[in-house]
Amino acid sequence: MTTPAVAISGLVMRYGDRVAVDQLDLTVKRHTITAVLGPNGAGKTTTLETCEGFRAAQSGTVRVLGLDPRRQRRQLLPKIGVMLQSGGAWSGVRAVEMLSHVASLHAHPLDVPMLVERLGLEECGRTPYRRLSGGQQQRLALALAIVGRPELVFVDEPTAGMDPQGRRTTWALLEELRGDGVTTVLTTHYMDEAERLADHIHVIDHGRLIASGTPLDLTRASGGSTIRLVVTEPFPNDAPLSLQSVLGADTEVARLNERSLLVTGPADASTLAKVSAWCERNDVLPESMTLGQRTLEDVFLQMTGRELTP
Amino acid sequence: MTGTFTPRPGAAPLPQQIGAQARMETRLLLRNGEQLLIAVVIPLIVLVSGVLAADKVGLDFARSTVDTLTPGVLALAVVSTSFTSLAIATGFERRYGVLKRLGASPLPRGGLLAGKLGGLLVVEAMQVLVIGTAALLLGWSPVVSVTSVLGALCYAGAGTAAFASLGLLLAGTLRAEATLAAANLVYLLLLAGGAVVFPLASYGDFGGVVEWLPSAALGTGLRSTLLDGVVPLTPLLVLAAWTGLGAFATVRTFKWE
Repeated sequence: MTTPAVAISGLVMRYGDRVAVDQLDLTVKRHTITAVLGPNGAGKTTTLETCEGFRAAQSGTVRVLGLDPRRQRRQLLPKIGVMLQSGGAWSGVRAVEMLSHVASLHAHPLDVPMLVERLGLEECGRTPYRRLSGGQQQRLALALAIVGRPELVFVDEPTAGMDPQGRRTTWALLEELRGDGVTTVLTTHYMDEAERLADHIHVIDHGRLIASGTPLDLTRASGGSTIRLVVTEPFPNDAPLSLQSVLGADTEVARLNERSLLVTGPADASTLAKVSAWCERNDVLPESMTLGQRTLEDVFLQMTGRELTP
Repeated sequence: MTGTFTPRPGAAPLPQQIGAQARMETRLLLRNGEQLLIAVVIPLIVLVSGVLAADKVGLDFARSTVDTLTPGVLALAVVSTSFTSLAIATGFERRYGVLKRLGASPLPRGGLLAGKLGGLLVVEAMQVLVIGTAALLLGWSPVVSVTSVLGALCYAGAGTAAFASLGLLLAGTLRAEATLAAANLVYLLLLAGGAVVFPLASYGDFGGVVEWLPSAALGTGLRSTLLDGVVPLTPLLVLAAWTGLGAFATVRTFKWE
């Protein structure tokens, strides 16, 4: 099949005066894990809910598996799985009961006991939904999204608030889904999640697509190395500019917070020496200077001037 | 490709989906303690205390007390389930995103509604069984004929439709807590002043107004049917009108989230 899993063009969504999604163009290829990355309020959930048919596109077009999510909703719904960010179950229902119920709405559901075991849901026992831990509720929500054997799964912040074990279980499952030919669209504001899982990343800010590519594309662009400089006293306001002028045009300096700067570019001995000399001249005392590879977090900071996770 | 998760999407046949939804709705209704209280315990208290206290408080009906009160208590049971329980359950389904979750499943809205009605009817059948048994033990002797049985079923159905449409109207517009409070309040008000348990005649001049309430229509219809074996038409039309009104308003105002 050649139609993309998701094709969005010129999508605009407003809430009153506030523009949540602003002329968004975005394509998701089939059989991939595609991450939609952005800070809270960037328009990720609104975009997802438009794809899922919960909201009508106010302007622009949205096609999911070649179908219109509003007008061809009944045709589309069995083909997609939706993981809600929170809630989605009766407060008194038991995890396995809820999963069996949603399974029975589908023609060829996954084997419920298998899914229960894979996601460690047997530990929920007879506990009503409202008393499950956040992680248990998240794992149940994921199970509910995939039990109908969908072609395409939308997962909204799948591991928010999960313990490390739960995150690994979830990631392994999403990777297995991809291996079996399921397309996954995931929103996240965890960089490590996007870097680890995604074949393709769309970075959204203020409802606009600001970058797109594989994790490697995004982190390699404009030099892959970084120097993170942390000092003991807050920097003066002009510190990024002043350091930039010392280092030259092939590096970029961004302020991470009042006591740390990120230098991106060739992190070689010469750059390090210039940074040290600048510290000496400006009478700042380095607490640490760390060399590293540029991460998605850095990319995001450079593109938006803000940190992804506040 | 034959992996564990290889896509094989499809909706289950609609009757199967509706059946599953009805079973789920029934289980959840029965699991909720407060709802059992208003579904069974309060009607039983009204019936038993009404019959036992009739002489002492000077309740004097034209017919035997248990024969007069039981149809109304059955009507009350219908109101408790199709209005109060349904409104509260649906209000919290909105709040907890259950409606959203089901909205993303293959179950269509019509199927959800059918499942809910199915659940209501199952619970109502259980209520009739419990309350009917208690009434028989207290000496209830209803008119039993093809007409009266069909008539009573007809009224139960029409009453369920009317009160369910009003319950959904409440649940779809108010916040969950407000729905909880309003649904219980309306239930108590109808119990006291809605001519559901006590015949219209008990309300004096006020009865002319109360008559047009769905509660009075349901109570009057069931009383006439089970006391005299006569199925009146006017209350049925009143219920149908309330159903139409409730459904119209619900469709226009219901918020799914």
